[in-house]
Amino acid sequence: MSATDSTAAIEAVYRLEFPRVVAVLASFVRGDIGLAEELAQDALVDALRQWPREGIPAKPGAWLTAVGKRKAIDQFRRSRTLDQKYGELERTHPPSSAEDDFASTSPEEIDDDRLRLIFVACHPVLPVPGRVALTLRLVGGLTVPEIARSYLVPEATIAQRIVRAKKTIANAKVPFEVPEGADRLARLDAVLEAIYLIYNEGYSATSGADWLRPELCYEALRLGRVLAALMPDEPEAHGLLALMEFQSSRLTARTHPTGTPILLVDQDRRLWDRLLIQRGEAALRQAESRSARPGPYTLQAAIAACHARAFSADDTDWAQVATLYDELAQATPSPIVELNRAVAVSRASGPDAALPIIDALVEHGSLERYHLLYSVRGDILERLERYDEAAAEFERAAARATNDQERDLCLQRSRATRAKASTT
Amino acid sequence: MRFLGYTLANEDETPTEPPSPELYEKMGAFVEEAVKAGVVVATGGIAPTSEGARICLKEGEYTVIDGPFTEAKELVGGWALMECRDLSEAIEWSKRFLGVLGEGEVRVRPVM
Repeated sequence: MSATDSTAAIEAVYRLEFPRVVAVLASFVRGDIGLAEELAQDALVDALRQWPREGIPAKPGAWLTAVGKRKAIDQFRRSRTLDQKYGELERTHPPSSAEDDFASTSPEEIDDDRLRLIFVACHPVLPVPGRVALTLRLVGGLTVPEIARSYLVPEATIAQRIVRAKKTIANAKVPFEVPEGADRLARLDAVLEAIYLIYNEGYSATSGADWLRPELCYEALRLGRVLAALMPDEPEAHGLLALMEFQSSRLTARTHPTGTPILLVDQDRRLWDRLLIQRGEAALRQAESRSARPGPYTLQAAIAACHARAFSADDTDWAQVATLYDELAQATPSPIVELNRAVAVSRASGPDAALPIIDALVEHGSLERYHLLYSVRGDILERLERYDEAAAEFERAAARATNDQERDLCLQRSRATRAKASTT
Repeated sequence: MRFLGYTLANEDETPTEPPSPELYEKMGAFVEEAVKAGVVVATGGIAPTSEGARICLKEGEYTVIDGPFTEAKELVGGWALMECRDLSEAIEWSKRFLGVLGEGEVRVRPVM
């Protein structure tokens, strides 16, 4: 045994191979992803016994998969519960051919199996937490303790989510395939949604002391890169990747050393990661060249690109941002999109044009508790020189702010506008 | 975590002929695999030191020395920025790269 074949090296090899091994095994056992995961884990036990003695094989993925397949065949022969699935398996894969069979698995077939596994793990039949946990486990190759640490929940919770998700997939008899036809778009949306939810949990963590958990961002980014590489013709796969690359370029600029958030317009743009911006631009070009009408992820990426291209908030092409928010509002209407559109319109066309958008939102009422609704309205009113009304809006915003810094900022602006009111 | 991996060699011992079509093909397949694993963030090749220069600033004095600089092992061939979870993963990808190359030395360093 050489020093390089240490346990750490074996574990690293296993971690790298795991997602592909599980995907090929899942395909081999006709989509039984629970069994595929067990077989992959059993293969690791064999590897940990043999590799330190004999060295890591030249094709460790092929080795692990061959062992997994052999175990699958042993298992169903032993159990003699030859239900249809295993009966079929024995006919199509006689045990003696297991190893030859894997040796002939082409990289393209492995890619296809990986994509099938992604679509199964992100199936809309699963509740979102189950989808996310299963995706991180089987597609990302994270262990249960790693997922639990990222989400700050007990390991048992994650383990249970994964068990339940696998059961749901089995009960729903989800076929191990990439859907075609009418189903395809909805299923792709479920995949994109799961990846973006993982990203957002890292980008603005909903629990715990840290507002930002970059390791989840990087995990989602990796999944996005894998998906875009496996589905190069799918514009929204590139769109989602572009969005995450752009957002990640700002990771280090988004918080003060103390951990409190910094708004986009106030960030030190010299800290933005130029490499990730370039990657975002490249992915956005891929997305836009493939879609006559860009989808929501591509549109959000295009907006992120407008910010990435500007060296200051004032330099930003706000007219373009406003147009893109307009398209986004049509594609996926939401009050938050409207609020962002109002900000862009006020920057691009002036406060007069933005006020009706904000007033409609206030009337609508769904953002009633959101402090930014009031501070944006205050900002617009201040620019219209309606200082008394502006000051009142900043006070409303302060009352709804979720942290002290935001509250202080709102109160400060309220005092400043009141002072202007008394001098005019 | 991001890692920079780069090939290191004595330039005068490095073959100057272009890679064989077979190696070219194998390397292409390897890079494709690494991209599909979401590992490769950026890659680049690098020209011989004879086409570069060394720039120093000492006590307010700049010195510029044209290449080649062959007294020590130098970055030769290329580099890759990789997104890996830890050093062991970066080491494993480097081993696979060397396996395709056949022989050589790669260094990996975390990018801060």
